[in-house]
This record gives sequence, structure tokens and C-alpha cells, in this order.
Amino acid sequence: MTYPFAALVGQDEMKTAMILTAVDPGIGGVLVFGDRGTGKSTAVRALGALLPAIRAVRGCPVHSPAPDAVPDWVTTAGDDVVEIPTPVVDLPLGATEDRVTGALDIERALTRGETAFEPGLLARANRGYLYIDEINLLEDHVVDLLLDVAQSGVNVVEREGLSIRHPARFVLVGSGNPEEGELRPQLLDRFGLSVEVASPTDVDTRIDVIRRRDAYDRDPDGFARRWADAQDDLRARIVAGRDALAGVDAGDDVLRDCATLCIALGSDGLRGELTLLRAARALAAFDGADRAMRDHVRRVAPMALRHRLRRDPLDEAGSTSRVARAVEEVLA
Amino acid sequence: MTAWGAAAHAARCLADPSSNLRGLHLRARAGPVRDAFLALLPPARRVPPGTDADALFGALDLPATLQAGRPVHRPGLLDGGGLLVVPSAERLEPALAARLAGALDRGGVRLLLLDEGDGNAEGIAPALADRIGPVVDLDDLSIRDVDRAAPLPYAVPDGDDAEPVAVLVAVATRLGVASLRAPMAALALARASARLRGGTVDATDLAFAIDLVLVPRATRMPDPAEPDAPQDAEPDRPRDDDPAPTGPMADRVLDAVAVTLPDDLLARLAMRAAAPKGTGAGATRKGNRQGRPLPSRPGRPDGRARIDLVATLRAAAPWQRIRGGGPGRRPRVRKGDIRLRRRESRSDRLLVFVVDASGSSAMARLGEAKGAVETLLARAYARRDHVALVAFRGNGAEAILQPTRSLVRTKRELAALPGGGGTPLAAGLRDGAAMAARMRDRGMAPALVVLTDGRPNVALSGEPGRAAAMADAEVTARALRGMALPGLVIDTGRRTSPWLASLAATMGMTAMALPRADAAALDRAVTAAL
Repeated sequence: MTYPFAALVGQDEMKTAMILTAVDPGIGGVLVFGDRGTGKSTAVRALGALLPAIRAVRGCPVHSPAPDAVPDWVTTAGDDVVEIPTPVVDLPLGATEDRVTGALDIERALTRGETAFEPGLLARANRGYLYIDEINLLEDHVVDLLLDVAQSGVNVVEREGLSIRHPARFVLVGSGNPEEGELRPQLLDRFGLSVEVASPTDVDTRIDVIRRRDAYDRDPDGFARRWADAQDDLRARIVAGRDALAGVDAGDDVLRDCATLCIALGSDGLRGELTLLRAARALAAFDGADRAMRDHVRRVAPMALRHRLRRDPLDEAGSTSRVARAVEEVLA
Repeated sequence: MTAWGAAAHAARCLADPSSNLRGLHLRARAGPVRDAFLALLPPARRVPPGTDADALFGALDLPATLQAGRPVHRPGLLDGGGLLVVPSAERLEPALAARLAGALDRGGVRLLLLDEGDGNAEGIAPALADRIGPVVDLDDLSIRDVDRAAPLPYAVPDGDDAEPVAVLVAVATRLGVASLRAPMAALALARASARLRGGTVDATDLAFAIDLVLVPRATRMPDPAEPDAPQDAEPDRPRDDDPAPTGPMADRVLDAVAVTLPDDLLARLAMRAAAPKGTGAGATRKGNRQGRPLPSRPGRPDGRARIDLVATLRAAAPWQRIRGGGPGRRPRVRKGDIRLRRRESRSDRLLVFVVDASGSSAMARLGEAKGAVETLLARAYARRDHVALVAFRGNGAEAILQPTRSLVRTKRELAALPGGGGTPLAAGLRDGAAMAARMRDRGMAPALVVLTDGRPNVALSGEPGRAAAMADAEVTARALRGMALPGLVIDTGRRTSPWLASLAATMGMTAMALPRADAAALDRAVTAAL
């Protein structure tokens, strides 16, 4: 029983970012940077219980939606399709490449003399979330590998006589504390959204956080029951948003807003515009609006753009305030 | 320092299996005091230093698997749950610390971290330290202080009681403790304490929890409570504007704790603020000597290379049927199956900036020197180099920043660097070299970048005097030459100093003058010199 997502106090931007990726996983990953003890891990781990269950073949390590989609190396899959919670997989800092991509199954190699594939964390995260705490401290080569797979949606293993491909479509959520080391600049803009979290400064909010957490620790089931309605409402809105997403359009004026904003901020490439538009549409869908408006763009602009600015690492003014300024000027 | 009465009470709280504690962070050297503390705990399993992840978290037991011909899993130390003692926790491998932090999040296990570090250079991994609540510091206690009957050293006057949560959060805010895990842990400790003392949580329990959990994390001295309307106009500073329900209680408890605070808390707070908050993540957390693991390759063991057992068995596994092995039989491993472990070895670069912040340098050129450092920092950032900062002024040098990759912090420390006082160049060189040497031992490739106007007037002893200062600098420079550190000396003086150029030559470093050192020239110089 994990802490209910709906019971998280504050941290609205982080929650919104995660909900948007749930409405439209195509937005890409979320990067959460901020102090320790601000609820980053709790929020991500709560996603599994919040998101609607997915239908997957029983026993399939990559959660294939239908029996004919099960990769041929899988031997454990059944024939029936069952409902499972959306996978949320933790990738620990010390994970080896083998554990991430999967490797030769030693047990079967030793006991039966067969070359078989033992799926790794990437397989388990398929159709769900992959969470990396302290992503800024992860070995560079593992980060490279993750981003490559996250972008292509396919995990390819070519080694030890194995030649395996399997789908690995997941939303990457990375968190960390910039005081302890920074993420390579090349990796920043591969994430769709980025948010900054800080410890709440208001005493009442802090008391609220501790009270709820304490209530949860003492009686997880009772706490979950009390929050079940709020949790169900939120889930229903996400599901409704997913269904509505395809029908949400964005007018030329909104496209123009996105482009003007990105030009004003000098963000590299077109990935900024695309993410901004996608995020605005996802927000509109989540809000139940039938078209994305300027207000939606305004609300998602900070999280979609703050990590894409041409970065002067020594710039005194934070990127957040630069985006806010540009939004003020462009979308006045 | 924790009073023995409080330490003993904490041990009993930790030993109580019904408490909600995640563990305890024990700062103490090995010795009779620590032994006395450990004697209060039930027998616990120890994590031997150098334990690998498999032993902790469980893994396939290869010898047994081979013997039995079916997979045999060996449970890890953590699988049993309960209390686990982690010696030398300050030297725990970062990857292991991260997984232990994950285990704490899942629950069912308590860690007693034995921290023998000196509190400065090394510390518990932040992810772990944040999750472990109480900190007990026995370093300054002597065996005479160990008294079986020592009471809790808090005397809280009676008064109206407030809700524990509110009190703890208010006190945490006033002590500047940002993480919300800290008040949570304090609450767990206060409850455990109350249960042991046979009652509900009272002011003494709260004082105890604050002393052990919140005070060690304090980043500022508690402001005296302001009964009058605060006239503070700073909007961005967090203020507990509404201390009404908790104020009196929080005050009383804090006062009670304050009695146990050492007199030098302010100084210690200042020191802690200057010391890096993390452990210099980029530096020590990376496992510097080990790069990407390369695929194992076939070879003959020669005593130096390690055999990669798993890869060897993997190589042998597919042939077992043909070789007459198989289920229930001993695996047939042949010489050709042997695989050797290989790792790409890699050293991260470390730029140690030794910056002259003295009066002679500072007034005129410190700003420009900072600009030069920033140029180099931007470059270091792009190349993923680590940076460290040593400043010298007055009568000595100071390591402002331990090696880090965090540009945010470097920049902040640099901006806050004050100028003024004498020029103890020799001390700066010595401390810079010492840091470089220490990091070289950890597998980094350090380089020195010295920025000074080359007019030393303070000797190593701290005595003023130009002649002695220059002589000391020359001696230090000759010692540095022996280390063969790559480096660069940037002359920030108004006029270039020939003496500084010869000093650079003594150290085997390039010298260049700042007036001509625009960004591009600096860049070229660094590339050429390092």
C-alpha cells in the first residue's frame, strides 16, 4: 500500500507535471530537481496506485497488451489478459548495465544449459514509469543508455550470444539535488518537462504534511480508505483526459504563441515548441476543455521550457524567472 | 556532543522493536564509550566493511547452484530485517548507500550507522543521512561520563501542552531544517521515548527528539521568539508568522534543549554552513577509479587480473550437455571458458583553484580574478571536470569548497568570497597542493590554477614580513615541483611580477598575466597547460 497521490500536500507543479505525462505519455519524461525530503520519491511511487490499471498478458515480463504481441523469447506468459497496476519501477543508483537492460539468464544457463534472456528493469518498466532518484549521480553510460531507450522505445540487447529486442516504452522520471552534482547539459532537454521543488516554507503546510504522513504510517489502509474518493476522482479525470486528448485541438493562435515564446527564449531546436504544445493540449484535456487556449500554454510554459534555455551555466538569474518574464511579455 | 543520559535513552528507543525508528547515526570513534553504547543494544548483525550488494540484498549462490544443479538463492543480510550495524558508514560505497536508502523506504529494517569520520571531509551519504533520524555524537565523551543511571538532561518547565507535530514542525522551521523527513523522524523518536517512559508524549520527550534529530541538522540559531508583530519586510524569508498555538511550548522545549547545546554551537553552525552540504557528490560518489565495465575477455589468470566467475560460467553453460554435464552434475568448465574481469579505468579531472583574496589583490582585481575563474568554470562544466576552491587571505588559507561538480555551489561560494588582509601565498599553495594530493589518492587527476598578484607578505607561520613570505613561497613551490602537478599561474597584478613567473617555473607551471587573459586566451592556456 503506497501513500495516496491525492493526499500529497502542495507541490502542485510537480503533481501537474506527473499527471500530464499520465494523460499523454508522449510528452516525455519529467525531471524533478530540488531539496531532499520534499516528497519527490513519494509522489513518483504513488503514481502506480493512482493510474488506471493496464491490461496485460499474464506473466509477461514486458506487460504485452495481447498474446500475439508477446516477444518470442518469453516463456512465462500465459494466454489470458489480466489487469495489472501501471508499473512504476525504481532504478537504484548502483544498478549495473546488466540489471538495466537484461542479460543472459544464468539460472537457466547453469541448470538447463539453455541460452535464455533474463529481462531487466527496462522490460519491467514497459508501459509504465521508470524512476531514478539521484539521476545526476548515475553513471554516465547508464544515463546514455536510458535516454536512448526512452527515445526509441525499444531495448536492444546484443551480447553474450543473445540478440533480443523488446518494447520499452516508459516515462522516465528523474530526480536529484543540483547542489550535489548537475546533470549533463546534453541530457537536460531530452526530458519533456522539468520542475523545481522546494520545501514548503509555511509552517501550517509543513504541519499538514507531517500530520498526513504520520496518519498514513500509523494506519496505511485506513488512510487509503479515507482518500479513496479523492483518488478515484483524480483517476477519473486522468482517464477522461486520455480519452479526450485526441479531440483537443489547438488553434493557429496557440501555435503562434508557442513559437513566439520559444523564439523569445531562444530555445534550441523545435523540441521546445512541440513539448509545449503537447503539454498544453494534455492540460486542456485534463481540464475538460475542448481546445487548448493561451491560458494552458501559460500554465505549462515554465515546466516545458525552463530546462531548454541556451544555458549559460553561470547565469545569475534562474531559468524559471527567465521563462516567467518571457511569458509575461509574450502572452500578455 | 550528546549527553550520556540522552544517548543511552536513544539506544533504548532504538532497541524497542515497536518503535517507528529507521535507525540511528552514531558519531563516535571506536573506544570504550562506543562499546558502552553498543552494549545497550540487542545483539545485531553487522555489515562487514567491503560487503557487496549481493551479500546485502541476496543473490544467486553460485557454488550451491552448481552443486545442486538448480538455482539456489542465498538470502541477503537485509532480508532478515531488524537492526543492522553498518561500521565505517562514512566510507560506504555510494551505490550501496543508495540501495540501503531504498531499503529504508520499504521498511522492515533499521540501520545503526557507525560514523568514524572527522566530520569534515567525509560524511554519511546524504540520501542515507536524510532518512536516518537521530544523531548521537559521543566523540567528546569520556568513559567517566558513562553512568548507568544518567537521567535525560532536559528540564522543561510545566505549561500548557501543544500538539507534538505542531511543536516539532515549528522548531524545525526555526532551526532552518528544510527536509520534512526530519520532523517525521523526530516524531517517531518522541513517541518511542514516551513509550519507554510510560506515558504520552510530553515536553521532555519533545526536547529529547529535538536535541537528537533537529539540532544536528540546524542551519541557523533559533531566533528568539518575537512576541510583538514582526516588522520584517523581507517577503521571501520563511517566517513563522503564526506561532500562537505552539509558540510557548516550542520556546520552553527549545530552551530546555539549549541548556545542552555546547557553547560553540554558533561557531559550529557557521562551520557547517561553510562545509559542503553534500559529500562533494561529483567527487567521491562516482567511484573514481572505475569506469564503464568492459566486456570480460578470455584469458589466462595470472594472479593480477580477477576471474569473472559469472562470465566464465556463462561461457561454459551452453556447452554442458555436450561435455557431459547437466542438471545435477558438476559443471564442466574448461580453460577456454575462463573470462577475466576488465574495467576501463578513468580519472576525472579536478581543477583546484587557489585564489588570492588578500587586500593587495582584492581591492583592485579580485573581481577580475573571479571573472577568470568563472570562465574556467564554464569550461570545466562543459567538460564535466570537478572543481575545488582554496582561498588565501589574512594569515592563512582555507578550503572554501571541497571538490564538487556542482556549479551552483561553486558560483555561490565564489561570489561570497570576501577580500582583504595579507597575502599568505605559501599557505595557499600548500593547502591547494594538499587537496590535490588527497584527491590524487582517490584516483582523480588534479591540476592547480593559482590566481595571485605575486606579492606575498605573510609567511607560513602566519607572521607578516615580505622576505620571509617570499622565501616560504619559494620553498613550497619547490616541494610542489616534486608532485609534478600540472597547473597554471595567473598573474592578477597590475604589473606582471617577474618573481611570480620564476615561481611558476619552479613549480613547473605556465604563468600568464591576467590583463592579456581574455576568455579565449585563458582557454588556450588551460588546454595547453593541463
